Amino acid sequence: MKSVLRSFAIPLVQALVVLLFLAWLAAGKAQAAIEVHQFNNPVLQKRYDSLTAALRCPKCQNQAIGDSDSPIAGDMRQNVADLLKDGRSDSEIQNFMVARFGEYVLYNPRLDGRTWLLWGGPAALILIGLMIVTLIVRARRRARVRALDDDEQARLSALLATHREVSRDAKERS
Amino acid sequence: MNVRRLVLFVPLVVVVGLGAFLYQRLDDDPYARDSALLSRPFPEFSLSTLGDPQARLDASLLKGQVSLVNVWGEWCPTCKHEMPQLLDLASRDVHMVGVDYKDTRAKGRQFLEEFGNPFSVNLFDPDGTLGFDLGVYGAPETFLVDAEGVIRYHHTGYIRPEDVRDVILPTLERIAKPAAGAAGEEASS
Repeated sequence: MKSVLRSFAIPLVQALVVLLFLAWLAAGKAQAAIEVHQFNNPVLQKRYDSLTAALRCPKCQNQAIGDSDSPIAGDMRQNVADLLKDGRSDSEIQNFMVARFGEYVLYNPRLDGRTWLLWGGPAALILIGLMIVTLIVRARRRARVRALDDDEQARLSALLATHREVSRDAKERS
Repeated sequence: MNVRRLVLFVPLVVVVGLGAFLYQRLDDDPYARDSALLSRPFPEFSLSTLGDPQARLDASLLKGQVSLVNVWGEWCPTCKHEMPQLLDLASRDVHMVGVDYKDTRAKGRQFLEEFGNPFSVNLFDPDGTLGFDLGVYGAPETFLVDAEGVIRYHHTGYIRPEDVRDVILPTLERIAKPAAGAAGEEASS
């Protein structure tokens, strides 16, 4: 039993070590392509990180400028760093990028005439869904508690009478 | 069929409609962007030229006549294929301004020697600062600027020979007429 365990466990551990090593190599390579901007102020560093994570690289299909090694993403990171050191606010920096590269660069599009459906759509759909569910539940509850009216009562009695007759006939035959 | 039954078809209609809408957008070019610079003045700059490191040119260069501004670089293979179209435009008396983007003087000059020089002047933008203010994220990119120095058209990427005929020349003609199209905004491609 012990030897069986060992014969499986050892190659598994070896494979894991190799995989981890490869992952570490790949991570190092990915990082090597993107320069590091150092800030004396940890708040600036944090703002830099969140800005570069939320600005989209115009050259790439779907990458933040903080993740991309394309030259334009590098230029944009440099500009973000310079503007931060210059004391500009986050929204000023976003406006600066939008003025050059368009709304496309914002991963969180602003609420305006073109994007209201994007922002309001999910909430509107949830509201519509809630309304429909409420209507259905109400209709069912009303149907359950409402007493039968005269016509319905008469129809029910007639049905019950026929049913009684039919079952009596069946019993007599058997 | 009563109204209650018809209501059951609403989700089907919505799904088919949504599917048709999304299907039609599948053909969209994912690289196409709206330019942020349309109807805006050409950004300020102060750059030397490819030929003369001492020269200082600014945005007044683009005032007084309609200009075509082409951002190129020696490192850009598509720019080489675009040169015949630009030479064709230059032969039609268009004021052509080149921006040698993120390049070295030696390489830029060599490029023009090899592939021809359609430009009446080449701004030298080694750091890409003007390119950045123009929202350029690659090369080639082309801008049409009216006599007031306002950007009226932005073409991202390669200009095909048919683009010269179908888009560039008609647009140049339209913006050459003073004030006629001042209210209109052009779509970028």
